[in-house]
Amino acid sequence: MKISLNWLKQYVDTTLPPKEVARRLTMAGSEVKGQQVIGENWEGIVVGRITAVNAHPNADRLTLVTIDLGGSEETVVCGAPNVAVDTKVAYAPVGARLINPNTGEQETLKSAKIRGVVSSGMACSEKELGISEDHTGILVLSDEAEVGRPLADYLGDVIFNMDITPNRPDCLSMIGLAREIAALTGQTVHLPDASYEEVEPSVESQVSVEITAPDLCPRYCASLITGISIGESPRWMQERLISYGMRPINNIVDVTNFVMLEYGQPLHSFDYEKLSGRKIIVHRASEGEEMVSLDGIERTLAGNMLVIADAERAVALAGVMGGANSEVTEETTSILLESASFNPRSIHYTGRILNMPSEACMRFERGISPELTLPAIKRATQLIAELGGGQVARGIIDVYPGRVEPQPLAITTEEVKRVLGVEFNREQIEATLSSLGFECQAGSSASEVLATAPYWRSDISIPVDLVEEVARVIGYDEIPTTMLNTPIPQQSPAPVIELKRKLGESLTGYGFHEIVTNPLVNLEMLNRLYPESHSASPAPIKLANPISIMHEYLRPNLRVGLMAALVTNRRIGGPVRFYELGKVYLPQLDDLPEEVEMLCGVLSGLRDEPSWQNASSSLGEAAPFSFFDAKGIVEGLLTGLGVPSSYELSTDETLHPLKQAAIVTDGGQVGIVGELHPAVLEGFDIPGPVQFFEISLPALLPFIHGHRMFQPIPRFPAMLRDVALVVDVGTAYQQIVNIMRGFPLVEQVALFDVYSGDQVPPGKKSLACRITYQSPDHTLTDEEVNRVQKRILDKLSRDLGATLRS
Amino acid sequence: MREQLEELLTKARRELSAISEVKDLESWRVRYLGRKSELTNILRGLAGLSLEERKTVGARANEVKSLLAEGLNQKTEELKKGSTQKSVRVDDALLAMGDITLPGRPYPVGRLHPVTQTLNEMSEIFTSMGFQVFDGPEVEWDYYNFEALNIPEEHPTRDDQSTFWVDQLTSPKGWKGLLRTQTTAVSARAVEAMEPPIRIIEFGKCYRYEATDATHGIMFYHLDGLAVDRGITMADLKGTLYEFARRYFGEDRKVRFRCDFFPFVEPGVEMAIECALCHGEGCSLCDEGWLEILGAGMTHPDVLRRGGIDPDVYTSFAFGIGVERLPMLRYGVDDMRLFYANDLRFLRQL
Ligand SMILES: [Zn+2]
Repeated sequence: MKISLNWLKQYVDTTLPPKEVARRLTMAGSEVKGQQVIGENWEGIVVGRITAVNAHPNADRLTLVTIDLGGSEETVVCGAPNVAVDTKVAYAPVGARLINPNTGEQETLKSAKIRGVVSSGMACSEKELGISEDHTGILVLSDEAEVGRPLADYLGDVIFNMDITPNRPDCLSMIGLAREIAALTGQTVHLPDASYEEVEPSVESQVSVEITAPDLCPRYCASLITGISIGESPRWMQERLISYGMRPINNIVDVTNFVMLEYGQPLHSFDYEKLSGRKIIVHRASEGEEMVSLDGIERTLAGNMLVIADAERAVALAGVMGGANSEVTEETTSILLESASFNPRSIHYTGRILNMPSEACMRFERGISPELTLPAIKRATQLIAELGGGQVARGIIDVYPGRVEPQPLAITTEEVKRVLGVEFNREQIEATLSSLGFECQAGSSASEVLATAPYWRSDISIPVDLVEEVARVIGYDEIPTTMLNTPIPQQSPAPVIELKRKLGESLTGYGFHEIVTNPLVNLEMLNRLYPESHSASPAPIKLANPISIMHEYLRPNLRVGLMAALVTNRRIGGPVRFYELGKVYLPQLDDLPEEVEMLCGVLSGLRDEPSWQNASSSLGEAAPFSFFDAKGIVEGLLTGLGVPSSYELSTDETLHPLKQAAIVTDGGQVGIVGELHPAVLEGFDIPGPVQFFEISLPALLPFIHGHRMFQPIPRFPAMLRDVALVVDVGTAYQQIVNIMRGFPLVEQVALFDVYSGDQVPPGKKSLACRITYQSPDHTLTDEEVNRVQKRILDKLSRDLGATLRS
Repeated sequence: MREQLEELLTKARRELSAISEVKDLESWRVRYLGRKSELTNILRGLAGLSLEERKTVGARANEVKSLLAEGLNQKTEELKKGSTQKSVRVDDALLAMGDITLPGRPYPVGRLHPVTQTLNEMSEIFTSMGFQVFDGPEVEWDYYNFEALNIPEEHPTRDDQSTFWVDQLTSPKGWKGLLRTQTTAVSARAVEAMEPPIRIIEFGKCYRYEATDATHGIMFYHLDGLAVDRGITMADLKGTLYEFARRYFGEDRKVRFRCDFFPFVEPGVEMAIECALCHGEGCSLCDEGWLEILGAGMTHPDVLRRGGIDPDVYTSFAFGIGVERLPMLRYGVDDMRLFYANDLRFLRQL
């Protein structure tokens, strides 16, 4: 919201610099986000009066304009169509800084000969002065401007760009902000004189008002002004509206807008002659009722919207927009002026459903006091009569079914201290509240004040609201800074957070970058995870109002996000290691979805960075990551967490059918590891191969034990035996290990070679293992180990048909 | 003399690597490390040099001497035990011929996402002040996200938080499912689920239906805090938040605590830090010299009451922080979209 400081100063005196006014307003809740100084560069530019306009000897379109500057006169060449004797203008001498209307850049005015005549300075347009974009003619000043005075004294201004919080509709007005400044600087507010003369017959004898929906319209005031003529509003009023960013229309519309900005109360003017039956009825619209609004659009109304009707039809959408059928036009001579109070929620609903945001709507929906209607209508009536030259019918119609008597709120010094942590005495509290217009009385105890909020403070409803008033006016800076000194509440464990932290530590240590992707995903991309092109099951959770189809569904897994990250980084040459730790969302009937924390990671590209130590990498022989890289990561992670794992056949469609495994702990599957299916990669246009792993945190958590038991470090030496076994290619290494580990003294089995080829029979492979034998209580002998090893080999031969490689 | 040294080193190494039998090592030693070797000559010749040259050349000559000695040791080892092994492993350092500026063997470096780093740092600050992490759902009922926090339907306070609604999700109570717009919703759950004293933080993803630009996204992170106990005051809130600002932004950063409005607090607070770019003068990055960091206040009595906590007995404060803004300010990241584009060239930097 743009607020002219000059305009504000009509209602409150302040000598503080604008920056300080802005600071105090900001600290107290009405934020000034920026300031624009108008007239900063107007040095030398003064107010002048045109004393003569003569034809240019050499050009039809140009005139020679003589300007009185109060003590001296200058003649300038002017091309503007609106020069006239006795008008007051802004005169810029040679050397003044002006905006070049063609380039928008600031330039210094130079002496110039225009078609043979020397122009000593110029009369300026609004655009040249930087006030607006208008360059159709010169700026015409109002008659009040004093000849010879610097233009900056008269038009110079500071515009505050303000952010008003939604609880303070009163601050969406000059008077409201003036009241704030007055309270914050120890000044008083001057309200405009709104008196005017009235004539018979009374307004009541000429129009009636009825409210049939008092819940949506607590108060309706109306006045009648006859015999007016529509025309332009005066320059001073136009300047005010322009400073706020509003376009002047005509004297009636401008007055209603001006008073809305001045008092904060939206008003509406009807052409009285167009109201059928001389009647206003405020009622709910009929469902499906149609009305053409002022902007010429036909609106279909709903039954819970409020309309203003005459005897026959709706003539306005209450608080939102007028109807075309009762619009004020150039021919209008009588105005019925409306100043009413409407239910904020109803206005918000109507404005939202019909998509008609407006300045009026914005004020009504924040909840303006019904008490404001009367002062505002008086002021607007006065201005319409004054500017339109009309007569005001005696009285104001005031239908007020929703009157609520203001109730005092009690505030004690103890309560202030309990909330703020600092003591203010009763006098300070009273003085502060009084400065804001509250009426204060002594309460039932020495520490209590009974405060009644002024009508414009519709936001005050409970005692703690008063505490805030005291705090913000005295200043938050007066509140001390203390550390919490109440006992720290008992802490309960947060195992998921702990697990996430550990996983992150391990993975970044392995060289992984953590990524974070948007859980709102595209369905088509989700389906691309399935090479057989069927849909994800169960169906993912859908948004009712997605912003785009790219973000329409909540992810049921983390895979899509990783795919997107791989696509983004596909030009990176070296190894890419990514993981994401985040939630997936699984639908549940009539309840919020189950949100499951998952870990998902990918390895893509070459295993090693090209490096000189590693000659093969520079010779183009570098190997890409394989399934066993991903598996090694998973094994490392789980070992780090103290969770034993085994790997079983799995059938995940997104993964290569032969290069995938379920990650299993005693209780069951906790995740999956594998190479992404080439068809899936192709669908995403990602160069392969890509290795992948996925672990469910809730599945894994039960296996992470808080305490692990210490095993004594072996005191007796171990004995190592290498054995190369020949088995069927279909035999799993895990089967061999399981058998070996089933024997006593076998402490560890490590695989150090895998071979298939010429050296072994077709259909066979050779696995070379190193078995570590150890006893906790004695040093092993060769015979002892030989005995065990023989039994192992026998069992391997029996169960798996394994033979020793010769 | 310098070049002479380097040539010598290269030549000596080449010859050493060609040696395949232990018996040939001795003649190499005599040639390169013996008393009459070229190296010894060079060392003796140093006396004729200027003090400056003597220093640099002398240092290098000694380096060369120890490199050659080390090479000899290694070679001796290799030949002694490796006579059966066919391929002899070449040592990096030997291959580098003393050029210690060659890059080391690469180890991959991974990083936590900048938002995770920030959350970790924030958690650490707040947990050290006794706050505990409390979790809540991202898909939330409108009641907890709005009504419980004094944000009723058809109220302008909802307009700032345009909402994503979940398709056809209604609870038996008639509540509607949405993507939470603020982690404050978790506070609404906490006052209902917990008994005072409460001192928690909650953080995670939030969502708003709005156009994406350099400072807005449809998905972003919030961190909220809540403390409820007897005797908690706004002075404590100020202390807690100043401590946070001090630890995150540093000792000497000016902090501003001003009145603001949030429906679920009264009195309401906005905290800002001084703009580092203009030092409070006002510039395009800031508002009049200040950068808003967070919103806070004393929890509104109605919010406590709805959760079954008596506001006449307990007082409470709450705060909410937009997470991305912190690393943006600290590292000068000018576009929030970078956080979720997951470009390695970005992730590697922070
Ligand atoms: Zn700045």
